[in-house]
Parts: sequence; structure tokens; C-alpha cells
Amino acid sequence: MEVTETWYLILSALLFSIGLVGLLIRRNPLVMFMCVELMLNAVNITFVAFSTALDDIAGQTAVFFVLVVAAAEVVVGLSIVVAVLRRRPSLTADDLTSLRG
Amino acid sequence: MVDAIVFVVAAAIVLGGAVGVVINANPVRAALSLVATLFGVALLFILQEAHFLALVQIVVYAGAIVVLFLFVIMLLGVDQAEDLAVEPLAGQRIAGVAIGGLMLVLLLGGLFLSGRGGSDGAVALTGQHSATAALDPERPDVDQLADDLFTRNVLAFEATALLLTIATVGAVVLVRNRGAEDLVVDEPGQAVG
Repeated sequence: MEVTETWYLILSALLFSIGLVGLLIRRNPLVMFMCVELMLNAVNITFVAFSTALDDIAGQTAVFFVLVVAAAEVVVGLSIVVAVLRRRPSLTADDLTSLRG
Repeated sequence: MVDAIVFVVAAAIVLGGAVGVVINANPVRAALSLVATLFGVALLFILQEAHFLALVQIVVYAGAIVVLFLFVIMLLGVDQAEDLAVEPLAGQRIAGVAIGGLMLVLLLGGLFLSGRGGSDGAVALTGQHSATAALDPERPDVDQLADDLFTRNVLAFEATALLLTIATVGAVVLVRNRGAEDLVVDEPGQAVG
């Protein structure tokens, strides 16, 4: 039994959907960030699967950039969470309405 | 055959971890489930001969990003379990699961209805073989990645450097204590009050 890129794409679709469900149903911004990471990883699996299937290194380069953007996103997101928690005792997505100007 | 076994094990780790992130009430446990998922993804990268990316995946994601998550969770003391029994917004879960299911149907539909078939499914889905940089199985993948990154994508690479700088500065500005002048400064020659 040979592992083809279709296997990876199905797995990636499942992972992306789980991440999306988590993003929609969880209310803790930290867990929502983790769900965004899941979705980004699903995309990374797709990139590498296509890179292998199409003999093209560009897919792996794209993963590299996704990693960098994910790191930047987490840094900014977590600092927003820290800034909000300074002013409020609890943290749910609803508390982030204070970000409005 | 070995490939298939490794794939199934890695896929089970990835999906199990992902479900763990979504259903764990405690954010610390969710973060640890995320580590499992990221390791599973690294395993899949190794299976596809993307060794450098597997290494970076573990070092950057499991090493840095998850530690950052755990650090914030512990620092802020928000590690108490969220009460998942109450649903603050009526119908949110049902709607969320429905939208997620719809997304899955769309993705799989796009995959299976787009002329995928035979062994050349990826070509049917996206078009061309080796549009920019051919993958050479003889050379190490770090070499090829570096070639692509520093020749064709050098501008994007510089842009990511700028992005990281902006993110760092932004984090400092966001977290900086605005009332810093009110703090007691313990400097020589200054009264400590």
C-alpha cells in the first residue's frame, strides 16, 4: 500500500476542519490561538505533500514562511492577551471587545 | 507498507492531539495536546523527506511557540479549567460544528471532484510539475531550500525579517506598563518611596 498525496490532503482537510471547529466553539483566546496553529499546520501538511508530489521545492519554502508568520502572530496575539488581562480578571473572547477604539 | 504504517500512526497522533486541543477544558492540557499534534506533523514531514522542515517544526513550534503559550498561561494564572458544561451563547457549538463539517465537505469535495484520479492527482489539482524549482532527490533538502530561499524568494525573506522586527516591537509596546513613571525606581541618589 503506497502513501499518495491524497492521504495527506484528506488528513490536512480533517485537521483544518477540527481547528476551525475549535476556533468557533472555544471562548478562551489562548485556546483559539492554538486552534489557529492547528489550521496553519494543516496548510503546512498540504504544502509539503504538494511539494513532494509535484517535485517542487517551492512548497517547502512556503512552509518556512508560514512558520515565520505563525511565530509573529503568536507573539502579537499573546501580548494582546497579556495587555487585556492586566485590566480584567477573567479572559474570554468577549473581553476583547475592549480592543475597540 | 512501512510508509503506510508510519502515516497511520502519525495521522492518529495528529488528529488525536487536535481533538484534544478542542475538547480539553484546561488550557495547559490543550497546549500539551498541541505538542502531540506538532510532533505528528513533524513525523509526516520526515515521511516526505522534508527533514529540515521537520527539525524546524519541532524547534520552532514545539520548542518556542508552545513554550510561549505555556509561559503566558502560567504567568497570568489562567490555567484554571474553563467550565465547558455551560454554553454562554445558545447554539454556538452546534453552529460551530456545522460550519466545520461544511468546511470539511467543501475541502474533500474540492479534492475529489477536481479531476483527481490515478497517481497524478496533485497535477490534476494544481496544474504543473516543478513550476519553479525542481526537487532533486540526490541533493540534501537543506541545500535546495536554501537555494530557493536566497535566490528566488530573497525579497520575501527580507520581508519576514522586517515582519519579525515589527512583531517584537509591537509586543513590547503592547505589554509595556503605561504607568511606568509611577513605579518605584531604585536608583542611586533617588529617594525610594
